[in-house]
Amino acid sequence: MEKKIEVLKEAKKFVSENEGALGKGKGKRWFAFKMMMAKKWAKFLRDFENFKAACVPWENKIKAIESQFGSSVASYFLFLRWMYGVNMVLFILTFSLIMLPEYLWGLPYGSLPRKTVPRAEEASAANFGVLYDFNGLAQYSVLFYGYYDNKRTIGWMNFRLPLSYFLVGIMCIGYSFLVVLKAMTKNIGDDGGGDDNTFNFSWKVFTSWDYLIGNPETADNKFNSITMNFKEAITEEKAAQVEENVHLIRFLRFLANFFVFLTLGGSGYLIFWAVKRSQEFAQQDPDTLGWWEKNEMNMVMSLLGMFCPTLFDLFAELEDYHPLIALKWLLGRIFALLLGNLYVFILALMDEINNKIEEEKLVKANITLWEANMIKAYNASFSENSTGPPFFVHPADVPRGPCWETMVGQEFVRLTVSDVLTTYVTILIGDFLRACFVRFCNYCWCWDLEYGYPSYTEFDISGNVLALIFNQGMIWMGSFFAPSLPGINILRLHTSMYFQCWAVMCCNVPEARVFKASRSNNFYLGMLLLILFLSTMPVLYMIVSLPPSFDCGPFSGKNRMFEVIGETLEHDFPSWMAKILRQLSNPGLVIAVILVMILAIYYLNATAKGQKAANLDLKKKMKMV
Amino acid sequence: MGGSGSRLSKELLAEYQANPFKERICRVFSTSPAKDSLSFEDFLDLLSVFSDTATPDIKSHYAFRIFDFDDDGTLNREDLSRLVNCLTGEGEDTRLSASEMKQLIDNILEESDIDRDGTINLSEFQHVISRSPDFASSFKIVL
Repeated sequence: MEKKIEVLKEAKKFVSENEGALGKGKGKRWFAFKMMMAKKWAKFLRDFENFKAACVPWENKIKAIESQFGSSVASYFLFLRWMYGVNMVLFILTFSLIMLPEYLWGLPYGSLPRKTVPRAEEASAANFGVLYDFNGLAQYSVLFYGYYDNKRTIGWMNFRLPLSYFLVGIMCIGYSFLVVLKAMTKNIGDDGGGDDNTFNFSWKVFTSWDYLIGNPETADNKFNSITMNFKEAITEEKAAQVEENVHLIRFLRFLANFFVFLTLGGSGYLIFWAVKRSQEFAQQDPDTLGWWEKNEMNMVMSLLGMFCPTLFDLFAELEDYHPLIALKWLLGRIFALLLGNLYVFILALMDEINNKIEEEKLVKANITLWEANMIKAYNASFSENSTGPPFFVHPADVPRGPCWETMVGQEFVRLTVSDVLTTYVTILIGDFLRACFVRFCNYCWCWDLEYGYPSYTEFDISGNVLALIFNQGMIWMGSFFAPSLPGINILRLHTSMYFQCWAVMCCNVPEARVFKASRSNNFYLGMLLLILFLSTMPVLYMIVSLPPSFDCGPFSGKNRMFEVIGETLEHDFPSWMAKILRQLSNPGLVIAVILVMILAIYYLNATAKGQKAANLDLKKKMKMV
Repeated sequence: MGGSGSRLSKELLAEYQANPFKERICRVFSTSPAKDSLSFEDFLDLLSVFSDTATPDIKSHYAFRIFDFDDDGTLNREDLSRLVNCLTGEGEDTRLSASEMKQLIDNILEESDIDRDGTINLSEFQHVISRSPDFASSFKIVL
């Protein structure tokens, strides 16, 4: 009997808890309501996921390219889209935290000497030629460093502009590092087990078909390349290690490297000479210079970047390497060329900066003299003890100190713009006109233009990716001195995406030799990381060791740019915080922290090595079984 | 898309005309008795196996079934030689010669056939595929 009562109690409890689900009783409506809300929520989530997928920009374009050219060409456009995202964040940071506050709450154009076009240049300040060079009105605007005032707070919200300028600069660099490292670590996971060569043939047979290809012409190319691949691998396997004429091969390789070295040296010297000449031109009157003289240096850099890779290709013919190895050598050489060019450019720029800093001292002395004269003249006009209008000099008439930061910003902006133009013109002439010529003159030409020379161009993935990476390096270098640079780059990437998508579909043919894009992804990201590191080093050096100009920018009047942090700590934070931070920056503590970090790096390195060894051990065990 | 009763016959799979395994794919995923057309559910199955989110296990399982031309559960020399012929295209000049084919298949069996029975079964196939870095990115169709 007791058991029956227990069972009854349990049954009652069950029914009362699940009343709604059972469809009877009091809880029915509440339960039905809960179910309906849960279904609606699930539907909403699904719709939101669909919406997010539809929002991804340019997805259709990239899919079309993928099906026509295979995954390696599409990987370039995916990389371009990813860069666009990174640049968008940089642009939002600089625009909303630097340019917008200055525009809304800073003093307007014409109120301060540093914000006005000097009287001497006023007549030509709005000419297109001057604006294209980013002089004149463009120079004295929120686009460049020199426009910003050094007041500690601006506007009714007391927005601390110099602090924000400094912090946004550092944040941009930090964010870029984070995002590149995150992308790299994600790709390492995809790599699988690293490059094992144990299943060479099986992989070639089972995994070489790219299921994304939808175009018959590309499929034909893929068939050809797979067949070639098989035949090569088979002959490599069969051929004995015949060392035919090692000495000749070694001599030819040495010769090729020697030529490459000569080319690199030659291009470095050419750039240095062009920069020196541009300094001479800067001394002359701008109206006497033609278009070439004004843009000589940018043109030289862009043209070198265009022609030297073809020279490297030519020298590589001497070397006779396996195509994959030859590709790596070519990439390495182009990378060295572009890096060398960039660094020579920076060295020449540092030269100019030092010149301007010297000039500053002279101008400072001159200005004090000028001020003394003005005051004397003003007082002299009131020698009869009468009251006159207050002392006023129009800002355009005040003599100006040189501003090296704006000059650096201008150089980078000009370089970016000329690079963009060169790329587009190259694509138009090299790809489009060539394709038109081959297509239309084929009817009346002696040999078959489409199969022989010149035929249609193939899409040069590595060249384009390297150009993209180096452009990004220039943006990272210049954006501290020209806050408008990320914005200009956004425009550039946007138009580049459409233009290159059109050019690729219209004028290029799929590559005859189809390389896998999977492993190169980390290679390109690794180069991007290296460029990021190398391009932020000069900026950090300039921030830490060069004194800011006394007459322009948010840090004018300070001894070093980073003093703005110390100033903020003193004024805006309670005094106990400043005391704590001062204790923390005690040298002993800092050295201890550095030692701990070194030890941590050593420990992690040792753990990684140990785990790799354990991995290899396990692999061997599995093979034996 | 399809004709009668919304089924997809292999001639209408326009996107996969360039794919050398189009017939095998159709056979593997089709649930009709004649195994020559795909219903909507079959098409969904196909897309889900080829999508980004499918696990490597599933992909390798289906890849094995696609490569198994005679549907006997193992890849023997005949299957492998038909597979290689599919990959090298239809033209006479692109095919491998008999000696090259023999060499290639010998190499494959030497690498992957662990129990030395002259055929590759599912676990040996999965063993090889799981070590490949390119498989997941090439065995994928994203719409």
